[in-house]
Amino acid sequence: MTFTLDPKIPEGSLEEKWDNHRFSNRLVNPANKRKYNIIVVGTGLAGASAAATFAELGYNVTAFTYHDSPRRAHSIAAQGGINAAKNYRNDGDSIWRLFYDTVKGGDFRSREANVHRLSQVSVEIIDQCAAQGVPFAREYGGLLDNRSFGGAQVSRTFYARGQTGQQLLLGAYQALMRQVGLGKIDLHTRTEMLDIVVKDERAVGIITRNLVTGEVKSWSSHAVVLATGGYSNVYYLSTNAMYSNASAIWRAHRKGAGFANPSFTQIHPTCIPADNEFQSKLTLMSESLRNDGRIWVPAQTDDLRTPNTISENERDYYLERRYPAFGNLVPRDVASRAAKKEVDAGRGVGQLRNGVYLDLSHAIERLGRETIEARYGNLLEMYHRITDENPYTDPMRIYPAPHYTMGGLWVDYNLMTTVPGLYAIGEANYSDHGSNRLGASALMQGLADGYFVLPNTIGEYLADYLNSDTVPIDDPSFIEAEREVNDSIDRMLSVNGSKTVDWFHRELGRIMIDECGMERSRPGLEKALSKIPELRQEFYRDVRVPGEGESLNSSLEKAGRIADFFELAELMCRDAIDREESCGAHFRIEHQTPEGEAKRNDADFSFVSVYQHTGDPSTAILHQEDLTFENVTLGQRSYK
Amino acid sequence: MKVTLKVWRQSGAEDPGRFETHKVDELSPDMSFLEMLDVLNDRISVAGGEPIEFESDCREGICGTCGLVINGQPHGPEERTATCQLHMRKFSDGDVITVEPWRAKAFSVIKDLIVDRSPFDSIIAAGGFISVPTGSASDANLIPVPKEAADAAMDAAACIGCGACVAACPNSAAQLFTAAKVAHLNLLPQGQPERYIRVTKMVDTMEQFFGSCTNHGECERACPKAISVDFIAMLNRDYISSKIKNRRLAGQQR
Ligand SMILES: Cc1cc2nc3c(=O)[nH]c(=O)nc-3n(C[C@H](O)[C@H](O)[C@H](O)COP(=O)(O)OP(=O)(O)OC[C@H]3O[C@@H](n4cnc5c(N)ncnc54)[C@H](O)[C@@H]3O)c2cc1C
Ligand code: SF4
Ligand code: FES
Repeated sequence: MTFTLDPKIPEGSLEEKWDNHRFSNRLVNPANKRKYNIIVVGTGLAGASAAATFAELGYNVTAFTYHDSPRRAHSIAAQGGINAAKNYRNDGDSIWRLFYDTVKGGDFRSREANVHRLSQVSVEIIDQCAAQGVPFAREYGGLLDNRSFGGAQVSRTFYARGQTGQQLLLGAYQALMRQVGLGKIDLHTRTEMLDIVVKDERAVGIITRNLVTGEVKSWSSHAVVLATGGYSNVYYLSTNAMYSNASAIWRAHRKGAGFANPSFTQIHPTCIPADNEFQSKLTLMSESLRNDGRIWVPAQTDDLRTPNTISENERDYYLERRYPAFGNLVPRDVASRAAKKEVDAGRGVGQLRNGVYLDLSHAIERLGRETIEARYGNLLEMYHRITDENPYTDPMRIYPAPHYTMGGLWVDYNLMTTVPGLYAIGEANYSDHGSNRLGASALMQGLADGYFVLPNTIGEYLADYLNSDTVPIDDPSFIEAEREVNDSIDRMLSVNGSKTVDWFHRELGRIMIDECGMERSRPGLEKALSKIPELRQEFYRDVRVPGEGESLNSSLEKAGRIADFFELAELMCRDAIDREESCGAHFRIEHQTPEGEAKRNDADFSFVSVYQHTGDPSTAILHQEDLTFENVTLGQRSYK
Repeated sequence: MKVTLKVWRQSGAEDPGRFETHKVDELSPDMSFLEMLDVLNDRISVAGGEPIEFESDCREGICGTCGLVINGQPHGPEERTATCQLHMRKFSDGDVITVEPWRAKAFSVIKDLIVDRSPFDSIIAAGGFISVPTGSASDANLIPVPKEAADAAMDAAACIGCGACVAACPNSAAQLFTAAKVAHLNLLPQGQPERYIRVTKMVDTMEQFFGSCTNHGECERACPKAISVDFIAMLNRDYISSKIKNRRLAGQQR
């Protein structure tokens, strides 16, 4: 498979690129669209919006999700909101400012042209969603309300209570179901994609497994779109939904799609720490709490007293002390690392000593309990349910948790991967967030890709295949791919070892969070790179996958996903070693300023790392897409 | 702590199914109910058995994937709580707990505790949307929405599609689920053009799968999001209005 990295950035000034591109792209005329079949894998925000829009345009769409309904994707859990450069507040926002904030927030590791386009279409997303009936928060005059988010200096975040992701997803789901009702989308739920089929160097279809009957089946199409989400679950404990996994993008990578910046993963500072050894996932507490909460730890190590008996002068408000200008509102990566530092130094709080305090008592004194309840009532109730502690009287315990993956399949300006005909959208692609994503920007990107970008760019590829049939599924390429899928299922079922799939997942997660989490070092990463392959070998020797392949078997589903996580984890560590600098969420302890902040190396690392699969992650070939910045000046971030 | 579980096992829709008893010890009261099932499944697997199949995804009460009947109550003993948000501290050491799948004719059992809720998707496909092709929307602030209407629509839109209302209803009716979506869209100005056609199509589709509502109100009590039965009254009102032919044809409100 040839491997070329052509970002296909259009000509013209930044503001003109998207218009120029849409004009010069070839189109498929409306009467011809019905001659094409597009496969969309994944029906979260990105996939549902893309599938619905393709169908509205007239394409035939076949959509797949392993969920029981498209209404359930991980997108549903997003709480905070979605950004758009509407400037409804008249507070100085603009498309340019959103573009600038995103490039800077990503620590200058994203592609200018893509980010600018994202900012441009952000305004259309809000219009589209409001028209669909998404119940965004309103003011008394009936117009849309905004909040500020993630340190931005303007108010550009639209929200629907604490359930923005849910409402946006339901909007996209309803648009999708409308097309299902009209017969334009053929929807397959409880169906997992297990491989991409490539013939003559282009994607021609996929292989799936029906999760209820176990049937393995081939599907042929003119183009394949992956909208399968992120891979934070490689860490085992994360804020992602239990089913979220990397298998779709990993198997595409194995079939030739370049994987970009695998080590760029975001660890969110305000999550509820693990409570017990059986913990299965972590729950996010919205970042907005940092607006009113003060973060502290006991000044002494091993201070086990209850928080309210620790007097003011025995507390260390370490963020306020270290970052007087931004205080508790420093960006996510900075806040996360600072918390880790305190816990590692033995000042962690809670029974397992694995958290720091987020204290609302000062705000309650200042503003009254009612105001705090109005602002955070839902969140605080959720906290109480989980911990059985009362956040109005005792400080909350928080700790960082893996949350979002900026890395993913490399895509060009058209959102096409290095495999022609194979596209990646939403969190599944390496996206517009560089090495660090700003709050409320993932929902924006997923919907931009699905509603507005891909439907406009896919025609350029499809135009070549007018009146050409899809590859028949008895073609050797499909038969061979099906055989591989069946073999790997049989392999897992036949080991019959002594350890459960979850046991391996937990072990892998521990290695990854220790060595490839908030802080990375060469020796640590090297250690991980020797442990992961050992664990992978042990998996194939000693895993126990009960049951059979011909019926619903969630252990078998998980086993396949963990097998892929092993390989991805190795590539992540490899990438974290290769990148000899700190940037955004990627913090190499060897590369920090004297004050302990991330130190970028623009001269040597101003590029996107793109890996080509060769059979084993340890020998993947590194390619570079050089990043050029013509419109922003590169600066060092400082929050002192 | 330790508990005794009586869990429903059923290999597929055709299998009559049966209860299986498991003693589970060395539990922490801080773990969630589903984490307790994870632990049990780990132990079953290691001992050579087949784990109990159940579903969950977000584990924070928002996706609607989970759903077990615990001691006869959909989503268990705690009010306004999805199964995944229930913690072992709500039980006592030594309790005997029964665990069953949703029981409703429209929701056939796929395996053990997993049921097929796809009839909900059919109801949405019939009319649970506003027809607005991508790109055709005007500026969002051109249609002001009274805050009260937006808030009420949001109350209805908070439904997570879990199906507990159906499981709790003696008639296995899906009125609360359907009414929540109808109310969400029919309360908003954007939803007016399709108001009556929407309610007709959704109700007609609902009736193909589900029983009829006789106002027991069990649905609201079981609902993890406390969706109000008042929305069912709205549904009925709009449904009746939709049957008055001329009004429907004229697309008039009320
Ligand atoms: C707790 C939390 C809060 C968040 N809050 C915010 C926020 O406030 N603002 C914001 O902008 N972002 C937020 N995010 C991030 C954001 O929610 C996600 O990045 C985004 O929703 C991802 O959408 P997606 O469509 O790319 O993927 P997903 O929603 O993960 O959808 C993936 C889809 O792919 C399907 N799928 C995957 N693999 C396969 C396969 N092999 N075969 C078949 N189907 C498959 C799944 O079934 C699913 O339908 C938050 C994230 C978390 C975890
Ligand atoms: S109305 Fe309540 S119980 Fe019924 S599906 Fe919606 S959230 Fe679940
Ligand atoms: S698992 Fe999502 S609501 Fe329970």
